[in-house]
Amino acid sequence: MTDLTSLTLAEAREGLADKSFTSLELTDAHLGAIEAARVLNAFVMETPDQARAMAREADAKIAKGDAGPLAGIPLGIKDLFATKGVRTTACSNILGNFVPTYESTVTSQLWRDGAVMLGKLNNDEFAMGSSNETSCFGPVGNPWRRDGSNATLVPGGSSGGSASAVAALLCMGATATDTGGSIRQPAAFTATVGIKPTYGRCSRWGVVAFASSLDQAGPIARSVRDAAMLLRSMAGHDPKDTTSVDIPVPDYEAAIGKSVKGMKIGIPREYRLDGMPAEIEKLWSEGAAWLKAAGAELVEVSLPHTKYALPAYYIVAPAEASSNLARYDGVRYGLREQGKNIIEMYENARAEGFGAEVKRRVMIGTYVLSAGYYDAYYLRAQKVRTLIKKDFEDCFAKGVDAILTPATPSAAFGIGEKGGADPVEMYLNDIFTVTVNMAGLPGIAVPAGKDGQGLPLGLQLIGRPFDEETLFSLGEVIEQAAGRFTPARWW
Amino acid sequence: MSTATHKLLKGATGDWEMVIGMEIHAQVTSNSKLFSGASTAFGGEPNSHVSLVDAAMPGMLPVINEECVRQAVRTGLGLNAKINLRSVFDRKNYFYPDSPQGYQISQYKSPVVGEGEVLVELDGGRSVTVGIERLHLEQDAGKLLHDQSPSMTYVDLNRCGVALMEIVSKPDIRDAEQAKAYVTKLRAILRYLGTCDGDMEKGSLRADVNVSVRKPGGPLGTRCEIKNMNSINFIGQAIEYEARRQIEIIEDGGEIDQETRLYDPNKGETRSMRSKEEAHDYRYFPDPDLLPLEFSQQFVDELKADLPELPDQKKTRFVADFGLSAYDASVLVAERESAVFYETVLDRLANRARDGKLAANWVINELFGRLNKEGRDITDSPVTSEQLAAIVDLIGESTISGKIAKDLFEIVWHEGGDPRALVESRGMKQVTDLSAIEKVVDDIIAANPDKAAQVKDKPQSLGWFVGQVMKASGGKANPQSVNDLLKSKLGI
Repeated sequence: MTDLTSLTLAEAREGLADKSFTSLELTDAHLGAIEAARVLNAFVMETPDQARAMAREADAKIAKGDAGPLAGIPLGIKDLFATKGVRTTACSNILGNFVPTYESTVTSQLWRDGAVMLGKLNNDEFAMGSSNETSCFGPVGNPWRRDGSNATLVPGGSSGGSASAVAALLCMGATATDTGGSIRQPAAFTATVGIKPTYGRCSRWGVVAFASSLDQAGPIARSVRDAAMLLRSMAGHDPKDTTSVDIPVPDYEAAIGKSVKGMKIGIPREYRLDGMPAEIEKLWSEGAAWLKAAGAELVEVSLPHTKYALPAYYIVAPAEASSNLARYDGVRYGLREQGKNIIEMYENARAEGFGAEVKRRVMIGTYVLSAGYYDAYYLRAQKVRTLIKKDFEDCFAKGVDAILTPATPSAAFGIGEKGGADPVEMYLNDIFTVTVNMAGLPGIAVPAGKDGQGLPLGLQLIGRPFDEETLFSLGEVIEQAAGRFTPARWW
Repeated sequence: MSTATHKLLKGATGDWEMVIGMEIHAQVTSNSKLFSGASTAFGGEPNSHVSLVDAAMPGMLPVINEECVRQAVRTGLGLNAKINLRSVFDRKNYFYPDSPQGYQISQYKSPVVGEGEVLVELDGGRSVTVGIERLHLEQDAGKLLHDQSPSMTYVDLNRCGVALMEIVSKPDIRDAEQAKAYVTKLRAILRYLGTCDGDMEKGSLRADVNVSVRKPGGPLGTRCEIKNMNSINFIGQAIEYEARRQIEIIEDGGEIDQETRLYDPNKGETRSMRSKEEAHDYRYFPDPDLLPLEFSQQFVDELKADLPELPDQKKTRFVADFGLSAYDASVLVAERESAVFYETVLDRLANRARDGKLAANWVINELFGRLNKEGRDITDSPVTSEQLAAIVDLIGESTISGKIAKDLFEIVWHEGGDPRALVESRGMKQVTDLSAIEKVVDDIIAANPDKAAQVKDKPQSLGWFVGQVMKASGGKANPQSVNDLLKSKLGI
């Protein structure tokens, strides 16, 4: 039998359906892989007993012919998703050993469809980070290394655990969340496929909030088809989240292989940054050429407010975060620190519980919302956001079906290499991805090639609101042309 | 826009005028909280009405309770206010254990209800119109219990997240009497609407009172806010005290510090709670978890069509339909329960048009008078609306006289029973049969020849004869018949 962990989700679904193997076998194979890959630190909580129980249940259903669309498929869950009875920490000390009594809507839909939970995945603390180095559980290793180097690289962030685990064949797919690029950037760093759907497509209920108006759940998987399969189960209207949108969820998988002939692909000139590595430039042109070869039409487009997106994002996101994280006060759950009075108790709990990056963003957010600064920062950033949104609307109004950009300005970097002295250096990682969150649009990152040091690079496709299908169609064209990339196992 | 002369305070430098504005926090009558499904029932075990949302568990999201929105719109309509078809929920950020989220969801820049007005009646037929600045929806906070442990504070989150309407008045109130009358009227409107039970003892209605003083008609002074008042009488006392405190400071050459104060009813004084410098920076911003609150004009129109009759309308109707005096009508409509009682009496009357006014007199003078004397509430009146209607019917149809009716009322008050049957069984029926009273009349005239002679010159002394006859008949004789009979017998 071939290594079950190397199958794509679609292949595993077939194998399970024709009884080539059981979910329990598939699950055990992954549990073994997880155990052997602990050095990657991708999982912060392994749930083998639960995984096997869920696998047995899936096997029983498959046997009865009563299998859901993800029956028996072992997945990893970002630790930002509340999982009933399983510790959920957002990788922050302030949540300590918090065990929710409830299950997030997104994960409960995955379990409804038969998926199996292998455990909880590492991420940047409260999803704040682009390298997974801010996690209270320590950094995650990228399964990819530079040619001829033993240095451990970051998998990107904040969904670093999800990307690393999927790339290292520890799970068949993973949930992730994306506030400014947290799905797409780690996907690009690990040669996996990650899609941030349209804001409102997936319920945020039960997902630890970072920045409510930007947060969106999505999958990371090893192929475009796998991502489509996962998103179909994750998406859908939820009355418990009033920002989730009540429109039907299409069969995303049906979009795979659909002709892209005649589609208009926008190439935004503002994404051509000064000093952009030639390799990224080349990758971008190559991607455009593949789409053209598949019958799409390329048009240069302008998104004039792009350069304001990153600074505006780093006002809006911390502002919301500063308020969202106020509930972590050490009073009702999580870390509790004593103090002489209530104020000191808050201060001690939050000083002890939050890491440096979270504190920085809470302080930025508090500052930009303060009386006297609100108009200059928060309000202005919201205006910029409206302009960014309008840039895209104008573009789509001209008949553009999707926009092609690089996913990241560089390939993965080493642990401790960036942001040590200047946090902005780290924030620049999100330069191509934040606009999509600011505009609430869907964006997919698809592996497209490697840089000179053998590290994967990704391309991003940005779509119209709720038109994830077009992204899957186009993403698969790139995937077909670029091929799939698997890291050499070193762990 | 006062149409009433208001009270001025005398200071050493002359008269001072008070300028008062109020923020009333009215708990919305609803089964569940503003953004969660937890119960709003009063008096549950601590922390028994707390949902995951109320406890601000990670990843929880608020979902607006539509009934609370309807209640706010109904209230806005009852205040003759502008209803905003689009409003926005904001977060008011502050750390305190009574607010697990670390922020209160409120409405800051765009409230659901805009400007309106309330007509406030005062003694002696005076009235004043108080402008409403806005009404917005917001979450109530939990309760801290400091008396459960010597070293710890306990938190009860049952009230946390319950919907409040904050009703902000314009600074149109000029003295304590107006302030008290304003709260009373507002509370009556809320109760008529069924949007707030108005129970101040349970904390369902609380007022923050802004007070400043100035020379009459002069520029506005610096105001102080007296927080969290939960009694109409205390509001009056606090305003009087606070205004005099401010006048004293100014007349002594001092300045008023803008600050938040608390009223201590035991000492009868206000004291500083926090100064302007200590005021929080709430860092308001639109709550990204909630979409703007939007509804159609049709939604508003439907609520408007279903609105109950409010005190002002009811008063106008009572005056027009039953000839009540404006004063009597205001007394009846002042509390929803009184109006309901009166209207039930009306419904049971045999002849409403004839006896509507008589019924009002009986409800106000006999029933309310008696209830007041015994410190009882209309809702536990021993005399039911049905019994009172029967008594009024008996008077109206001349079966009993007003005097007998008072005796009958006494019997019903103490013993209960069907008034009509009581009149029958106790022989209280009025005698209208002339032959039955003729002998009594003749006897009295015969026994008082001098008075009978005088009456021709002094017709006003006829009353004496009527009284004698009534007395002799045990009050059962019909006064009109007696009157007529006497006139013919005495030849006047």
